[in-house]
Amino acid sequence: MLDDTDRRILRYYQSDPESASADLAERAGVTTSTLARRLERLRDKGILRGVRGVIHWPALGYEVAVSLRVTLDKTQARAFDEFLDAARDVPEVLEIQTFLGQVDVRLSVIARDMGHYQQLYRERLLTLPHIADIEALMHVAQLKTQESLPL
Amino acid sequence: MIALDDTDRAIVRALSADMTTSAGALGRQLGLSQPACWRRIKRLREAGVFRAARLDVDAAALGFGVTVFLGVKLAAKGQVSLEDFERAVTAIPEVQTVEHVLGAYDYRLRVVARDISDFERVLRRRVLTLPGVGNIDANVLLSEERRPGPL
Repeated sequence: MLDDTDRRILRYYQSDPESASADLAERAGVTTSTLARRLERLRDKGILRGVRGVIHWPALGYEVAVSLRVTLDKTQARAFDEFLDAARDVPEVLEIQTFLGQVDVRLSVIARDMGHYQQLYRERLLTLPHIADIEALMHVAQLKTQESLPL
Repeated sequence: MIALDDTDRAIVRALSADMTTSAGALGRQLGLSQPACWRRIKRLREAGVFRAARLDVDAAALGFGVTVFLGVKLAAKGQVSLEDFERAVTAIPEVQTVEHVLGAYDYRLRVVARDISDFERVLRRRVLTLPGVGNIDANVLLSEERRPGPL
């Protein structure tokens, strides 16, 4: 089980995942060897999976980001599996989430501009199988993105 | 916007999976010298290709078993200050992401909680008390998949 030291380390680590281990150790109030040992143990347990780079897609020319909230035709037994398989084939789909609630699946989609989005929407997204209803939310601004846990 | 060649794309893919990969190790994989790879990484970073580094942890193993996406509609637009709402909502520790969107909702929040009753506490005490909150729609996350994107 985790103790307060583990939680403190993870709290500082998630706030600055690229900090040098000496800085992280100092902020968490442990020695660098304790830090290394604790992180090793968290990695072994599968709790700490790694440090990911979050791509800023506008810098690569993808200016449009849309959340597509999809309701599926659940009278089709394989609706979820077939929809998800087909959605994975669209390169512009960044995230696929399934839900319990009004919405069944959410796709996070990026496009170069509105013309490109229109083309993607008509040719690749509306053609995905078993869609009963689809609703789009256009992203205006991302105000908080770190996905930190309240440890 | 920055133009990428195939080698740059391979570097972006590798760093998005593991931001801690050294220029030397990455260069060896791609057949580049350490300095050449380092220069490419520096150019990509300076162009803002990476928004941030994110610590990838197993939230469920850390005791956060429930993730809920909330669509929030503000009650009376024009009378509430967007800045007040945004300042208050981004300060809630359980709120992991905040996006300003256009469509059926004004904001999209990703909220993490220990269990459903903990989620109810966050919803009642923190979210429903935010200035200007109107309609709220909640969807409980069942599964999530992140895709590499169009690289």
